[in-house]
Amino acid sequence: MALVELRNVSKIYQLGGEEIRALDDVSLDIESGEFISIIGPSGSGKSTLMHILGCLDSPSKGTICLDGVMIQDASARQLAAIRNRKIGFVFQFFNLLPKLNVTQNVELPMIYSGIGSAERKKRALAALESVDLVNRAKHRPSQLSGGQQQRVAIARALVNDPKIIFADEPTGNLDSHTGDAILTLFRRLSQSGRTIVLVTHDPEIAAVTPRRIEIRDGKIAVKVDLTLAGLAGGRRNPDGAEPPKPA
Amino acid sequence: MPLFNTIIVGLKEVWTHKFRSFLTMLGIILGVASLVGMSAIIKGMENGMKEAMVAMGGADKVLLEQQDVPVEQEHLADQAPGRTMADVQALKQTAPLLRVISPEMGVNNVLLTRGEKTAMPSECVGVWPAVVEMNMHTLEHGRFFTEIDEEQASPVCVIGTGIRDELFGSPEQVGREIVPVGEIIEINSQPFTIVGMFERYEGERDKKERELAKLKPREELAGPSRQRGWGGKGNWAFQRKNMTIYMPLNTAWIRFRAAGDKDGIPDPRLSDIDLKVEDLGELESALQQARNVLMLTHRGIEDFGFRTQENQLESINQQIRNARMSGGVIAAISLLVGGIGIMNIMLASINERIREIGICKAVGATGLSVFTQVLIESMVIATLGAVLGVVASFGFVRILDMVMPTANSPVITPGAMLIAVAFSIGVGIVAGLFPAFKAARLHPIQALRYE
Repeated sequence: MALVELRNVSKIYQLGGEEIRALDDVSLDIESGEFISIIGPSGSGKSTLMHILGCLDSPSKGTICLDGVMIQDASARQLAAIRNRKIGFVFQFFNLLPKLNVTQNVELPMIYSGIGSAERKKRALAALESVDLVNRAKHRPSQLSGGQQQRVAIARALVNDPKIIFADEPTGNLDSHTGDAILTLFRRLSQSGRTIVLVTHDPEIAAVTPRRIEIRDGKIAVKVDLTLAGLAGGRRNPDGAEPPKPA
Repeated sequence: MPLFNTIIVGLKEVWTHKFRSFLTMLGIILGVASLVGMSAIIKGMENGMKEAMVAMGGADKVLLEQQDVPVEQEHLADQAPGRTMADVQALKQTAPLLRVISPEMGVNNVLLTRGEKTAMPSECVGVWPAVVEMNMHTLEHGRFFTEIDEEQASPVCVIGTGIRDELFGSPEQVGREIVPVGEIIEINSQPFTIVGMFERYEGERDKKERELAKLKPREELAGPSRQRGWGGKGNWAFQRKNMTIYMPLNTAWIRFRAAGDKDGIPDPRLSDIDLKVEDLGELESALQQARNVLMLTHRGIEDFGFRTQENQLESINQQIRNARMSGGVIAAISLLVGGIGIMNIMLASINERIREIGICKAVGATGLSVFTQVLIESMVIATLGAVLGVVASFGFVRILDMVMPTANSPVITPGAMLIAVAFSIGVGIVAGLFPAFKAARLHPIQALRYE
């Protein structure tokens, strides 16, 4: 069974009596350990898809099964718990809390899952270690560069050991060099067995993932799966590593 | 999210916006300070009133008052005898439930003179020795009147220290205590010998202050001392008591009354009859007994009434209750205004932090945890305000004390502090409810997208 199973999911907004289908009957499976990108121009519905996959929003129709649990009818409280334990988010604008230092930012998800402070410290440092930022543990987000901030955000996404990580235009606010570093980091995480969903409008960035899904007008337009074709990697594959096989 | 953690985060939030938080707290600070200060003032008033009541004769004293005759006896009003010695004798012989009966015959418009110095006593009355027990006097020097003084209507008097101070000089002025026993003063030009003097009556606070002043070296005054203000410090009841001059009842009668009053007819009426009952538990029956006797001596004309200190205590309590009620309502309103300030600032604060709330929700904060976070923050502001308010109230009371140096110095009670703090925390919670609810209901996506 796939980690995420989307079946005939629609999201319909009512705008002034007009019905807008942000997602229109989308079905999709994501296997555990996959590195997948969702591409689409703005307004295509890719963000809506990510929000529904990420349990930030509920679909109007259809069913979602995440890690064996049906969540389309879950309450806000249940969704919060799922986001907390099973999902990690990385955003375009980093979305760190400016008043907390780096460690505290990374600890935030663990605070909501009720983990004791000693354990929190330990795990936060371990997560920072994995993004090479232990030496910045006491800094404020405002004292860090964009790339560093995004790495802190990735550490925060990792810290509760989630089943799946969503990255929404993670390089959108970074210069291309820093962006590459972030993508490399994602690739490394993918190689260590993480399931990662990369949402972007940029086909070049999407090219780093073996599997790509293009969304247009709320529908899945094109599916490319290089893992099946054996053509994994792409031109933006700096270290030329083989992508992992789906679990 | 553990509560302690939430409180720490709330405190940090307050600290980040120091000035804004302080302004918000100011509403609560002032509210609490006014509530505590107000109740301190009322407590001081209450203490003063009760002290005064004791100074005037204690709780078991009953005043036999002259009253207008009831409506159905109006046609007999001109035959009303008033309170006379006949009543006193009758009560003394036929009302065994009364322990002390003290008749007083007042002399009006009295001027005391000794050489150049003059004094106006608060009261100059002819009394029986029973008055000492009745008004709770303590004779410090000399003696009180005897049967012989009464029998012979001797021109002797017993004075309070206030009169001594004015005619002979106070210990503060002359540096030593003058005991004028044996001296002769004139009461409306009639020579009287002072045979005794009471102790100095004063409230606890004045006593302490005076004893403290005694320890300090006295300043040398250049020229005569002047009276400053009117009456200076001290409870009016004590001042009044210190300005008393007593003479035997018969002396007052013969020297000041019998010589003729209106139209050459002496006025036999007493200015006061005070009673003390045997047993406060049997106050009702004792008063009924006295009433029966007096109805006889007054030929059925009910031109008298009893006023117990219990009534007075009741009226003091009533006044205190009223003052407390009105002051409490005003202070509560100011606390509510403070609460509205908190609500306002919390709404502004969550509006600023919509994105932050969105982030927290994205990483797993439930509506409940956002709700408690905001609520606790509002409570933290209110609690800090309340604590600062309690501190401020001490300063406030201190200032009041300096501005209005009365004997009724405000007393801060722990009860008032507790109520004020509890109330303001309650206000903080109520003020935080709506913003917290609003924050908890934010949709994570909209919150994350908010610019």
